[in-house]
Amino acid sequence: MAEKLGTAIGEICELFSNDPTRMMDIVREVQGRFGHVSSEAMDLIAASVGSHRVEVESVVSFYSFLSEKRKGSFVIRLCNDVIDKLHGVEKVADAFREELGIEFGESTPDGRFTLEWTPCIGMCDQAPAALVNDRMMTRLSSDSARQIVRTLKAGGSEDNLTHLMGDGNNAHPLVKSMVMNNIRERGPVIFAELEQGKALHKALSMSPVEVIKDVKTARLRGRGGAGFPTGMKWEFTRAAPGDEKVVICNADEGEPGTFKDRVILTERPDMMFEGMTIAGYAIGAGTGVVYLRGEYAYLRPFLESVLAERRRKNLLGNCILGRENFCFDIRIQMGAGAYVCGEETALISSCEGLRGDPKNRPPFPAQKGYLALPTSVNNVETFCCVSQIIDKGAGWFAEMGSRGSTGTKLLSISGDCTRPGVYELPFGIKVCDMLEKAGAENPYAVQIGGPSGQLIGRDDFCRTICYDDIATGGSVMIFSEERSPLMIAHEFMEFFCEESCGYCTPCRAGNELLKERLEVIMRGEGTPEDLDYLKQLGETVAFASRCGLGQTSPNPILSSLKNFRGEYEKLVRKNIDGMQPTFDIHKALAAGEELQGRKSVIYTD
Amino acid sequence: MSDKIRFTIDGVEVEATPGQTIMQAADAAGIYIPRLCAHNDLSPFGSCRVCTVLVNDRPQAACTQPVAPGMIVENDTEQLRQVRVNIIEMLFVEGNHYCPFCEKSGNCELQALGYRLGMLAPKYPYMFNEHDVDASHPDIYIDHNRCILCGRCVRSSKELDGKNVFQFVGRGLHKKVAFNSDTDLSATDVSVTDKAIENCPVGAILRKREGYSVPIGQRKYDKQPIGSDIEARRAESNR
Repeated sequence: MAEKLGTAIGEICELFSNDPTRMMDIVREVQGRFGHVSSEAMDLIAASVGSHRVEVESVVSFYSFLSEKRKGSFVIRLCNDVIDKLHGVEKVADAFREELGIEFGESTPDGRFTLEWTPCIGMCDQAPAALVNDRMMTRLSSDSARQIVRTLKAGGSEDNLTHLMGDGNNAHPLVKSMVMNNIRERGPVIFAELEQGKALHKALSMSPVEVIKDVKTARLRGRGGAGFPTGMKWEFTRAAPGDEKVVICNADEGEPGTFKDRVILTERPDMMFEGMTIAGYAIGAGTGVVYLRGEYAYLRPFLESVLAERRRKNLLGNCILGRENFCFDIRIQMGAGAYVCGEETALISSCEGLRGDPKNRPPFPAQKGYLALPTSVNNVETFCCVSQIIDKGAGWFAEMGSRGSTGTKLLSISGDCTRPGVYELPFGIKVCDMLEKAGAENPYAVQIGGPSGQLIGRDDFCRTICYDDIATGGSVMIFSEERSPLMIAHEFMEFFCEESCGYCTPCRAGNELLKERLEVIMRGEGTPEDLDYLKQLGETVAFASRCGLGQTSPNPILSSLKNFRGEYEKLVRKNIDGMQPTFDIHKALAAGEELQGRKSVIYTD
Repeated sequence: MSDKIRFTIDGVEVEATPGQTIMQAADAAGIYIPRLCAHNDLSPFGSCRVCTVLVNDRPQAACTQPVAPGMIVENDTEQLRQVRVNIIEMLFVEGNHYCPFCEKSGNCELQALGYRLGMLAPKYPYMFNEHDVDASHPDIYIDHNRCILCGRCVRSSKELDGKNVFQFVGRGLHKKVAFNSDTDLSATDVSVTDKAIENCPVGAILRKREGYSVPIGQRKYDKQPIGSDIEARRAESNR
């Protein structure tokens, strides 16, 4: 067995040229083949790639899809984000528990099944959803959960689980998924047609500087949420010293409530790859990398086939479309379950085969990014916009949307509404108009921009979606009056505690402390002073954290405190007797009383 | 002198060379910026965030932020003191620190910063997280209860000792320092004379049989507050 493991690991490492910067691929492969990356495997990998065992352990322990402990042949990961909870995931969870006879976090004694919770897997529009290995299972009920387990127990494989295919390319032979696109509104940019290669042909008839100028004239801003001007990012990367440059596509769509990139990857991969290739030309890059979140592994074979087709047609590879000096190719880098890798420097760390720790800035990726090469990291949707801008003109694009936010935006809308799905809407649309389109009958609170965004109430429904008012990377979660803003904030704080990389103090410890005090208030043990405590603590975390995760992680609490203060005030009570409401003398004495076998004579009931 | 960069820290004009960090320039000028993960002999890390300053009104870590001409840096302000106290308190409640009987008391940079910044009892609740200890090595004792995840041991081992004994594993609150071995510290090539052992700012990495050889009360920070050595440079140059 040991020898077999040794041979297999030797082969796997060889497959990736024994290159330690391909560690993610190596450990993913080992995990896939053996169900874990054992202690022994870590030693073997380290020896093969010339690294240290603890460095391998460092990577394996960081990502939730990797583990030292052996997992079952079938890993069922049930999504427990807030939207799935609204849609009754608990009943589905009970069905899995009963059918498998195990709790979440456990494996069946025969080693066949592992049951786990997982944060948002990009299926909020068809929740509850779960991953069975790489297979997406959506719109789950307790019946379908039982059926999944029974099919697998009867000797079936994941392939036997999907009976009805989804629409569009979800039914493609290389996808074969039950996922639905749920495209509710098609706009003129992303969901318009674009002939393969057309924009690239046009770009190559221009100079790289002209391409960048077009992107700047279109005033395109990054679609991931931060809204940095794309043309400027490209210009910096192009101007940075060095012959080798890199284009990275951030397809780590992990912000809970976002699933628009899933639809682009399914229906518009050509437009995205074309945009990346145009970026490569504009920046002077030879290497392109798509960082695809581990949850979307089911799309990988299809995406690889699109890349292969583009290579065949000379839209990728050497001397693209006969241009001697333009060689550019794209590889897909799989993630392995870590939200922080959506942060561009953490994403680069991960591509380099490291833990997904964000990097210190400066240097910025445009100066020193992937493998210390000047790198431009852009969102999936941004690259699609680029293709359309080059094809249809910067002026055409800039006319849409609002002054500071041109073009359209894909919104992923979910929650308490009748028409959840993906909407392509012009920037500048009012929140209330968007809610009406989505069929939100009685919206009370809307989380815009995901957990790192804002929870807004009715007073803000007249505001607009754009970078200068309410910015979003695409996530819109709608909540009716039955949902408590504190519950929503708590869900998100749990998420951030789970997903903090732990590098810096405020994010690692501060988010735990925020969650703790929110729980105190939710239990009805809080005082009015606790509201100030939360605000000050939240501000410290936002102020002092090292990357965007920590800088925005207090937002669920800070924005709900601001917009739903009454909900908090309902729960806290003034401390009149001078005793801390959190302190329960009877609870504190209970352990001592039990040891002594008698009740306290002073603190009687 | 045209290649010198001039900027101000709390209104005091400071001269720096290009490529320096704010902290390096401040140290040279005799201005103390509180810190924990930063160490003169090690590459900047930026994890503890204690050195957070305002650069043109934006928060930045002084240990990683390079100097730029004309930048306006705020360091010794009430707002920043409060942020730093908050961060120190977070470290105190996340670990299990027992200053009164810790071997490092008086030489501990976390404790010394607590005193210098005027921290009293932490306003945050103790988390009482469970942490391991490793006493396997004949000369070295590791107590994760007192670890602040500053990464000095990780960097020292790589950058100064030419080894690779320590590295972080896990994430979030489960992040911890691990050893390059499948069992314990004794199975690594660590040595008691390694810089990685010496550079621990707290009582997480200790040399055995050394605990109280210098009595508490006569130790480094018992005599003068942390940062005094840096500030002495300024006093010197102003003389």
